[in-house]
Amino acid sequence: MAEEKHIDALTGTATTGHEWDGLRELNTPLPRWWLWLFYITIVWSVGYWVVYPAWPLLTSATEGVTGWHARSAVVEDLAALKAQRGPLMEKLSTASMTDIAADPQLLDFSRAVGRVAFADNCAPCHGAGGGGTKGYPNLNDDDWLWGGKLADIELTIRHGARAGDDKGRAGNMPAFGRDNILKANEISAVADFTRTLSGLAPEAGADLNLGKKLFADNCAVCHGPEGKGNRELGAPNLTDKIWLFGADKATIVAGIQNGRGGVMPVWAGRLPEPTIKALTLYVHTLGGGEK
Amino acid sequence: MALPPVDFRRNKKKAKQSMTLAELVKESEVKPAAAVAPSVVPEPQSDDDIPLYAPRRKIYPQSVSGTFRRIKWAVLIVTLGIYYLLPFVRWDRGPNAPSQAVLIDFPNTRFYFFFIELWPQEVYYLTGLLILAAVGLFLMNAVAGRIWCGYLCPQTVWTDLFFAIERFFEGDRREHMLADRQKMTVKRFGYKAAKHFTWLMVAWWTGGAWVLYFADAPTLVKELASGTAPFVAYLWIGILTLTTYSLAGHLREQVCLYMCPWPRIQAALTDEYALNVTYRYDRGEPRCSAKKAEQLRSAGAPAGDCVDCLQCVHVCPTGVDIRDGANLGCIQCGLCIDACDAVMAKLGRPTRLIAFDTDLNIKRRMEGKQAFVKIFRMRTLLYAAIIAIAGGIMIYTLATRDGEGISVIHDRNPMYVRLSDGALRNAYTVRIVNKQLKYRDFILTVDGLPSTLIDFVGVPPRADGRQLVTVGPDQTKEVRVTVTDYATTPPAPSTTILFRLIDIDSGEVAEVRDHFFGP
Repeated sequence: MAEEKHIDALTGTATTGHEWDGLRELNTPLPRWWLWLFYITIVWSVGYWVVYPAWPLLTSATEGVTGWHARSAVVEDLAALKAQRGPLMEKLSTASMTDIAADPQLLDFSRAVGRVAFADNCAPCHGAGGGGTKGYPNLNDDDWLWGGKLADIELTIRHGARAGDDKGRAGNMPAFGRDNILKANEISAVADFTRTLSGLAPEAGADLNLGKKLFADNCAVCHGPEGKGNRELGAPNLTDKIWLFGADKATIVAGIQNGRGGVMPVWAGRLPEPTIKALTLYVHTLGGGEK
Repeated sequence: MALPPVDFRRNKKKAKQSMTLAELVKESEVKPAAAVAPSVVPEPQSDDDIPLYAPRRKIYPQSVSGTFRRIKWAVLIVTLGIYYLLPFVRWDRGPNAPSQAVLIDFPNTRFYFFFIELWPQEVYYLTGLLILAAVGLFLMNAVAGRIWCGYLCPQTVWTDLFFAIERFFEGDRREHMLADRQKMTVKRFGYKAAKHFTWLMVAWWTGGAWVLYFADAPTLVKELASGTAPFVAYLWIGILTLTTYSLAGHLREQVCLYMCPWPRIQAALTDEYALNVTYRYDRGEPRCSAKKAEQLRSAGAPAGDCVDCLQCVHVCPTGVDIRDGANLGCIQCGLCIDACDAVMAKLGRPTRLIAFDTDLNIKRRMEGKQAFVKIFRMRTLLYAAIIAIAGGIMIYTLATRDGEGISVIHDRNPMYVRLSDGALRNAYTVRIVNKQLKYRDFILTVDGLPSTLIDFVGVPPRADGRQLVTVGPDQTKEVRVTVTDYATTPPAPSTTILFRLIDIDSGEVAEVRDHFFGP
């Protein structure tokens, strides 16, 4: 490229030898100290190779004299974080649930811990903000299958529901149709009657008297004579506006036909104790917590 | 920079030979590239002939006295005085805030400037300050060129101080130059060592003053003295010591010539009316000795006032020859004016052969027209207007700055909740800001829905049934708020609502809009 040397007439400085549409660039030399800075950076880089892990070998890499590693640095940072959170974590572990709820600083802390733990463990079923979805309860509302007090929520998280833990929540909606307890027309009548409990309109020609009688015989044992539910058995309140699976008749018929029994996993032993407490407080303060 | 084709350069070589100081000066003088005739430079044969670096010619500026030197001393004393002493100025803000007048409080993310306190989200004031600084610089430039460079730039101020220290230990220009050529003696080594030690002390104190802006100054001074200050304080003192020592002691004019972008930008912003330090060649040329000039004048022939004494070059801190015209290296400190005025006074000629003037005026005088100074012109007026507007906006926003604030984030999941009784509820994360330096109690109301209940989650109601949120002095607090709509008519998919935060004592209000969602 550099075919031809050219000295710029005005400045007397040599140009780089390139020409772009008649324009040439001056090859103005650097001040000496600047050049030295460049050499120093080269020497400096050699220092890096000595001090830090640098050169890849076949199965490992050069270690560096300081023994610094990105991984060990992260481990140290995490340890520092743990130490920083230590006093609050300690309080969270030892304080009772009601004491935590009464201490604004500790409550804020446990809500922050709970929010992260919820996103990691609970959000896949209950949604990022606990909004729930079909079959997975919304944790923001004021309707609770197993109870909305702090102790109730803690027990549900700790021991789960229908997950094989003896201390956990138990109780199933039987499959009335599949197990030949009720016939199809009876299921239809019960479904119609159930919808009227929360003020929904029954289908035209529905036999509400039959439904009412069948409800009293088969459903009231768990859902209560008035359909208000039973938290001991996780039997939903059928008189409110909240429907776990849906309020349309087909969904209710499907539930009576095949039964229901959503599973909440057991978290005791899988999550640290302070995290379970923090989760409890977080869920309780989503908006539906009961006193 | 393009120079006017003036024919006085031809006289230069001749004049130099007659000089008494010629021997001494020859090697120390920095010649602007434009002054070198192209034919003098040997044509390089290959890339190897081009040097990798340009050797630095050391500059020994001579001391000078006069008007501009006095201004420079005054500016130096005032600016350095402010810099070194400002951290110790106290300002009483009450018990909940630091009592330092100017403090950049990183741990608590606050900036204090006398009666002003800024939060991180108010960093737009910094933008305003930068606009004011930039346009202020432009205005200075439009009025009198690079006076920032000559008088106010930290590089100039500290370099000036370091020059003074150098002269104190190593003598003025001639003494220093002669000594540098001779063999090093113990005595000279002592002087040099003393100079560098004093430089380092000044640099160290510069770094020391810097860190005082970031912590309580009296406390930090005690900590620094007893060795208990945080490591980062020592680190920054070390960094600032190094930069001050190297920039003001060693790099000096090279910062202006090679590093600083302002000379390049300045050249693009200037116009023909801007006053610059200018050699009035209409008066100075043809230059010749005083004796010869007198002969010429008595014979009725034209004779210039410039006697080519090179005093203007010797006092120049960047080593330029102002007689070559406007120059990238000229920082417009005006010291050459002082030097030339002294010579002119001794020769009994009028002063200000070099002065703050324009090329335009020189040409007008040569044409026999009246010279003029035009300060008020479109660009200076516009710059002044921009400064006034930006400054006015900043003062207005500072004066009407709210002492409280509210920001709201609607829950992303779920967007709304259906309650057992059919009511709809939305949840929000609300952050309440209290910029006043005392505890304050707030209530929250919501407008825009017919029948609503608002609830601070987890905040127990007081005896009167109201839910108050207390926010500490100069703090924020995040609360979860639910808004429940009990209206019998189903709400729209989205309703605009207005949150109103009210200080129950003072009645001060902050408002923010958000939405209430339904199915």
